[in-house]
Amino acid sequence: MKTATLNRLTPYIFMAPAALIMIIALLYPLGYMIYGSFRAWDPSQTLSETEFVGLKNYISLLNDPNFHESLAVTLKFAFVVVSIEMVLGVGLALLLDRNIRGMSILRTLFILPMMIAPVVVGLMWRYMYHPTVGTFNRFLKSIGLDGVDWLGQHALMSVIIADIWQWTPFIFILSLAALQSLPSSALEASRIDGATGWQQIWHIKLPLMMPVLIVTCLLRLIDAFKVLEVILVMTEGGPGLSTEILALRISRTATEFRELGTAAAMSNYLLILLMLLTASMFAYTKFQEARAARLAAHAKEDD
Amino acid sequence: MASPSYDKQNPAFFALLAALIFMAIGPIFLMLVNSFKLDVDIISATSGLLFLPTIQNYETALCDILWYELEHLDYCSLKFGQSFINSLIIALVSTVLTLVIGCMAAYALVRFRFMGRDVASVSTLMVRMVPPAVLLVPVFGLWNNEFCIDKTTMVGEWIRDTFGGRGDVCLAGTYSGIILIYVAMNLPFVIWILQSFIVQVPRQLEEAAKMDGANPFQVFFLVVLPLIKPGLAAAAIFTFRIAWNEYLLASALSDRDTKTVPILIVNNMSEFNVEWGVIMATGMLLAIPPIIFTLLASRQIITGMTAGAVKG
Repeated sequence: MKTATLNRLTPYIFMAPAALIMIIALLYPLGYMIYGSFRAWDPSQTLSETEFVGLKNYISLLNDPNFHESLAVTLKFAFVVVSIEMVLGVGLALLLDRNIRGMSILRTLFILPMMIAPVVVGLMWRYMYHPTVGTFNRFLKSIGLDGVDWLGQHALMSVIIADIWQWTPFIFILSLAALQSLPSSALEASRIDGATGWQQIWHIKLPLMMPVLIVTCLLRLIDAFKVLEVILVMTEGGPGLSTEILALRISRTATEFRELGTAAAMSNYLLILLMLLTASMFAYTKFQEARAARLAAHAKEDD
Repeated sequence: MASPSYDKQNPAFFALLAALIFMAIGPIFLMLVNSFKLDVDIISATSGLLFLPTIQNYETALCDILWYELEHLDYCSLKFGQSFINSLIIALVSTVLTLVIGCMAAYALVRFRFMGRDVASVSTLMVRMVPPAVLLVPVFGLWNNEFCIDKTTMVGEWIRDTFGGRGDVCLAGTYSGIILIYVAMNLPFVIWILQSFIVQVPRQLEEAAKMDGANPFQVFFLVVLPLIKPGLAAAAIFTFRIAWNEYLLASALSDRDTKTVPILIVNNMSEFNVEWGVIMATGMLLAIPPIIFTLLASRQIITGMTAGAVKG
């Protein structure tokens, strides 16, 4: 009797600490934020002391050109970095999917940019982009060219380059893992049929990798909307608003301008965007699982 | 994996490999070199790799915990040592807590059918996407104003009497405040990775242990946990990395005494005249632990990274 009760309670006991912490420190704050986005919220007050303003925060954002600018910068940044990283990462994986000496060293060293602190990545690139002492302009001058105003006029491009440096390895490692787990029978068969390298890539490898590639792409896209520290250290969002991505604008609205209500409304817009992305990833994985199950069922019937 | 038979060597691939390795570690190497240069050498156009290496930048950065006096420094303004200790405490405690709590939850989600299981697993996945910037707003408000103990209550009065300070006793500014949010932030990811490891543990082993009279907790801690060590290692590295590197929430929640290293770096960067040498030495010190982990455990890291996206 006693063991039966214990067994029934086990999953709840195992789940309780995690559930408790996530409710206190994630779900409750998110609910609190949604509630706060309808109020004139200022950090020195508790929410119950603030005034209810309805949709004012949301509507004033829709009419705010700075918010539009920031949203445009965020979308441009995310889609540009993810598409370039996908092409480079998958391309490199296809090219280097062979058993050569030095691959494991490359894989190890390739993780480094993702592991070190974003503020340090920002620091390194801010130095390299420096107009006078920076590496790039020194190099350009040494071969007789004019220096480029990296973090001024071309700031958005420069932060995009830094992100590509940091995250292409992520795509590379995931696509390489996907490539190496492809069924060797399919590749073998196509080789016997005389398929060239390109034909193999187009007709066999890429289609088979597609499920992993799509999940990878969505994961990276979600992460691209989270980028903040690298850009903060490199440009602080400037010059002007040219690199002020949404995450940066939220944090500045909250801590510098102390308008928590507006920042909360902005956060909700960002959350809706991310929710759509995550939901599409979730739906896609479910769809794939269902398809795999159907195929397996068919295979069984054929036996 | 370690098979010695390599494909036919093609010099073009080696060139490509070398170029990629150079690109990956070039910026880090540059920072390392510059951290041993005086600012005059960094600024002068001619020095390159020809310079007199000095540890002066590291001495300046670590001035508050060095046991000897520095000649080149009148006043130790950068309290790096203190921040380093703060970072270490916060990162280690949140890693341990996240792992213990996370692996228990992952086990429950994989092995049991219970009420609310689907809700738990879907919401775990959904909160993974919440950016720290979004958490900043409510956490800033809650930790400063709501998650507080009134100073007139017994507990509050006792804390104020013992630890000093003014006002109500709030989570903001304490280690626990930062650790709580890091644990919460990392849990979804840790649960997600560990699930894929626990699924692979053969059920028969658990059944056998149960037959021998082990209760569910013994089964979990004595049978399952030892078998998912690689997964735990991967999860530990990822959690530590986030807690060690995070800037935004730490900057909003810490006070003068609980500042972490990333905050120190950002504060010193935004000043008008950047002291490149010292700041790069600080950056290097912050980067060393993750670099060591990467070199020691790259296989676990790659497993952790691929566990979610690639199955099979």
